[in-house]
Formats: sequence, C-alpha cells, structure tokens
Amino acid sequence: MSAQGTAPLLRVRDLVKHFPMKKDLFGRGGGVVRAVDGVHFDVNEGETLGVVGESGCGKSTTARLLMHLIEPDAGQIVFDGKVVGSAELPLKAFRRQVQMVFQDSYASLNPRLTIEDSIAFAPQVHGVSAREAIERAHDLLNRVGLEPRRFAERYPHELSGGQRQRVNIARALALQPRVIILDEAVSALDKSVEAQVLNLLLDLKESFGLTYIFISHDLQVVEYMSDRVMVMYLGQVAELGHAQSMFAQPKHPYTRALLGSVPTMDPDRRTEEPPLVGDPPNPINPPSGCRFHTRCSLAETLCSQRQPELVMDAQGDSVACLIHVAGSGHSRAPAAGVGA
Amino acid sequence: MSEASNQVNAVERATNPSREPFVSLQNLEVTFTGGRRPVRAVGGVDLTVQKGEVVALIGESGSGKSVTLRTLLRLHPPRKTVVSGRIVVGGQDILSLSPAALADYRGKVASMIFQEPLLALDPVYSVGDQIIESIRRHESVSAGQARARALELFERVRIPSPERRLDAYPHEMSGGMRQRAMIALALACRPQLLLADEPTTALDATVQIQVLLLLRELQRELGLSVIFVTHDIGAAVEVADRIAVMYAGRIVEEGPVRSVIRQPRHPYTVALLRGRAQGAMSRGTRLQTIAGAPPDLSALPPGCSFAERCARVTEECRKAVPPTTWIDVAHRVACYRAGTTDE
Repeated sequence: MSAQGTAPLLRVRDLVKHFPMKKDLFGRGGGVVRAVDGVHFDVNEGETLGVVGESGCGKSTTARLLMHLIEPDAGQIVFDGKVVGSAELPLKAFRRQVQMVFQDSYASLNPRLTIEDSIAFAPQVHGVSAREAIERAHDLLNRVGLEPRRFAERYPHELSGGQRQRVNIARALALQPRVIILDEAVSALDKSVEAQVLNLLLDLKESFGLTYIFISHDLQVVEYMSDRVMVMYLGQVAELGHAQSMFAQPKHPYTRALLGSVPTMDPDRRTEEPPLVGDPPNPINPPSGCRFHTRCSLAETLCSQRQPELVMDAQGDSVACLIHVAGSGHSRAPAAGVGA
Repeated sequence: MSEASNQVNAVERATNPSREPFVSLQNLEVTFTGGRRPVRAVGGVDLTVQKGEVVALIGESGSGKSVTLRTLLRLHPPRKTVVSGRIVVGGQDILSLSPAALADYRGKVASMIFQEPLLALDPVYSVGDQIIESIRRHESVSAGQARARALELFERVRIPSPERRLDAYPHEMSGGMRQRAMIALALACRPQLLLADEPTTALDATVQIQVLLLLRELQRELGLSVIFVTHDIGAAVEVADRIAVMYAGRIVEEGPVRSVIRQPRHPYTVALLRGRAQGAMSRGTRLQTIAGAPPDLSALPPGCSFAERCARVTEECRKAVPPTTWIDVAHRVACYRAGTTDE
C-alpha cells in the first residue's frame, strides 16, 4: 500500500477487537461492542499518519491495540518486516520501538517521581545504567525546551499542562523509538500552547527521523501535521489517503460531512445546516451494510445490504464507499469496466 | 482616535435610552482567598449585553471567562470569594440579592448550561423529573402541566423520541443528547439570559455544529440574551454578535464579531487569530506562536498582563495597566500600542 514502493514500517492487517458486555442483574444486555472491526492500514517510515473520527469510532482502541496495551482478538501487526509477538520480534523489543503520548498529561505521569526519574525510568528497565539514564533525561529535557537545571527535580504537579506534555514527549523519546503514537496529545492544551507543542513535534520528527501516528479530533491540526490521513467510522476505515487531496476533495460522504462540520471562521458565511444529523450510532449494534448509511445523504437501499470494501485508486488513496465502486449498482457509481 | 470623539462616543452610549442593556457588569473584580495567596481571577471587567444579543467571551484557561460567568449567578462560595463592582441584570442588583431573591433569580431570569452535562445533571433522577422540579420550584403548576412543558422542551431541542427520553437517566443518553437535555433544563423556566460555559467543547465536531445551530435558533426564537464562554474562536464566530477577548482577568478587546475578526487591534487577539485563521496552518511552515505563558494570577505585574509575551511591548506597557480606548462606537481595546504593527 506504500506509495513509495518500499516496504512500510508498520503494517496492520484485519485488526479486530470486540469487547463483550456483562449481563446485568436481570440477564439483560450482554452485547458485544465492535470497537475495532477489521482495520487495515500501513504506516510508512518517516511519515505522519493522521487518524480522525468521532468518539467511539475506534481510533484510540486502534492505538492501544498497536501497543498491545489491550490484546487484539484477531489480526496481525508487522513491524519492519517482523511479526509483532513472534520469536523474531518479542513484545518488549517492539515496545521499545513504538512509544505513546496520551491526552491527559497529568494522569500519565507518576506523581511521586520527579520528572527526571520519570524520563529515566524506562531506559533503566531496558538495561541502561542509572547515571547514563539521568544524563539522557537531561539531554531530552533540553530537546523539549525545558531547562534541566530548573525542571529536572520538579514533580508533575509543579508544571503547567504544556510543560507536562513536553515531559511526556521527552519520556516517549527516552528509548529512542522509531514510531510515536500521539493520542489526542495536544487536545487538552490551550491554543497558544498547542502551537508551541506542535512546532516541537515537527522539530523532533526531523532531528530524530521519527514516524508519527497522530490521533486527533481537531481536523485543522490533523491537516497541518499529516502526510496521510485515515478516517474511521464505527470501528472501520472509511477513507485513507494523502492529506492534501483528501482535504481538498474528500471522497467518502462521511469525510465530507466531517470536514463540513468545522466552523468557518467567517461571520458572513456561517454554517446554516449541520452536515450530519444525530450522534454516531452505537458500536454495539452497528448498522448493516455500509455502517454510515443511516446518516448518509447519498444512501440508497443497496447501501444497507452490501458492505463496501476499502478500494485503492492509482494515486494510492483508498475509500470504502459503493459510489466509488464501478458497477456496484449505486446510481452515482461509474458503470462496470470503467475505472472508479 | 482623538480624545474628543472618544468622549462623544461615551456620551452617545450613556444617553441612548433604547440601548439600555439587559446585563451590565461594572468594574467587576473577583478574588479567591481560599488558598495560600489571594488569586485575582477577574480584575475589573466592564461588559454590557443587550436584550436578544449574543456575546462571546473568549480566552484561554485562567483568563477569567468562566469565573465572570459564574459570578453572574453567584455560584462561588462566599466565604472564599471576594467580589466587588456591580452586576445588574434586568434592573436587579445581583450582588445584593437576598438568598430567597437569588434562588428566584437563578433559573427564572438567568440560567446556565455547563461543559459537562454528566456532572451538571443529577444522576439519580430522570432528566424529565429534573425539568419538572425546576418548573414547579418557580411556578405554581401541576405535575402534569409541568411534564407537558418538559415534553414540549424536549421536542424543541430536538431530542428523538422525546416521550421516552423524559424518563431516561443522564447516563443513558449520548453526549450530544445530554447537552440538548441540559439546554432544555436551562430553558425550563423561560429565562431571559442564558449563560453558556463551553457548552460544545466536549462534543465531536459533527455534534458541536448541531448544538451551536440549535442554540442560535433558540436564541432567535426566544429573544434570549446569551453570554457564551469558549476558548474556540470558530464556535464564537458561529453564534456571537459581539466578541470580548479576555486575558489574565481583563477584557483586552471587545467589539462586533466582524470587526474583531477582520480588524483585531490588541496584539493578543491578533496572535490568537493568526494561529487559527484560514490558511494560517499551512503544511511545511512553522506555526506562529505566542512565546511564554500567561502570568501568575496571584502575582500580577503592575502594567499590562500581556507585556511579557507581546512583540510590541514598550516601557510604558510595564508601568501601568493600559486604559480602554474606543476605536469606534462599538469596538474597544485596552492597549497602548493598538493600531501599531509588529514590524
């Protein structure tokens, strides 16, 4: 799926995670939350893959599955040509290569450790000496713009939200990983602080040659950061393609609605009609066929019966929508035999 | 802007009787004294809201926007809060209301919607019961009549299958629906002033726009005055007639939405907008940032609070708080250097 024709750094195939729900006292409930239901994507070395979608679409679950923070029910993750969890690439070795930064900067730091100890902790687990680990922590604090002499011995509660998120980034870098998963990492920050952290992320990416998976609900920020973007809806991939072409010409009706929901910033061109009505449906009983058909303005009977596959075009952009499948029978689809 | 025309504008504003504001904050100061050092969260806010007008208060965390809003309902614990200045809503002096009068005022004249409905709604009562309780607290109507009103409200905020949802508990609703239910609750006693504290921040973009459009529609139909607190300029532009920008407890700029968005005068507003305007975030370019962080509210500098982060700062800025100047009849700014540029 790589546009450059080289093997992707990370290859995710048919990832599935269903959470069974407990029955209540009266034996009711007991359904299955289809949080991630057959997700399929590649991440190329050195790129930023943005992941967007409404809450409940499975973007954070996907991130946690990648890290094996929760066990997938099915699917395969291949890192650098090696299957994760196999004898070739045990989990611990994989986790050294892939690190994560979470949204809540406070909850993700140990309140009883000074920030230098927090950053130096993981390298020591992986066999670096204490002195060397602290030295590395100080170097990293410098890299994220926190002067070690002022900050190294402080505790998380003594820092602002932006500073704490810098610490979390430094900690993620401490094992010299190749991939960093940023799960809403800047969402809780004020706009002026957010811009500082985004600039920092871009600098670090360049100097360490990092690959990012950037999960966010802020479409403007995703457009700015990402090379390619993956749009998720109810546990599946709706569209995956180059950021520029997707933001200029979204293919999936859901992507179009998502982009149309961003405020215009122009008092003379206010939004008059919401592009989508209602909340995202429940992932416990996802709609049949195309999962988006219940909210799609272009849906036809066919859409509730047939589930569209994710199909890639010549530019390497993929979309899962029957409108883009030649001969699918949707009135807007091109005739069979003609390229979509 | 000359001194003389400034005075003319001030006179015009003060003497035009048709422009008698519904809400008026005069030199409002709020200081929290519960901690080790007093924290001056709001430091001299002047603001008016006309009948049927939507004013957005925007600013970052700690700017005092939510504190200002909550003070309008006197929600802060009196033992740990010192409030000075004047708040007048519909002719009533809010800061001197007796406890009984305050209880009548809350919900009936002014009501509030919060960012997190799950925390604001009572988890052990159905949403319908909470609306009925609120109606019957303020009006002598039967339970049946109150329930009919609640149902009407649920239809109005477009909750699907409203009859059934009246008996639902808050945790049984989705985020967007809970926010609609809270709007219904806030409107239960037909208030004239709606205070909205980041009502769409926790929602997905697709649901946020629906709630913003709903608020705009209800505001127009009911002729509500609204104070809309948000950190999201985009949301403010969607609903507001006027925008007031807060920084470190003061309003640094205020004016009609078009004027503030198109011709921002305060360096802070300029920087905020530059970060978010169309095309400001183009790939491959570095983002323009505001260096540093807002000042500590328990140790404010004597001059302009933004001086430390400002690209246009001069000696004057550090000495005294800049006074408010009126650029035109409706647009004011508190900056010595307004009208100059960075370069």
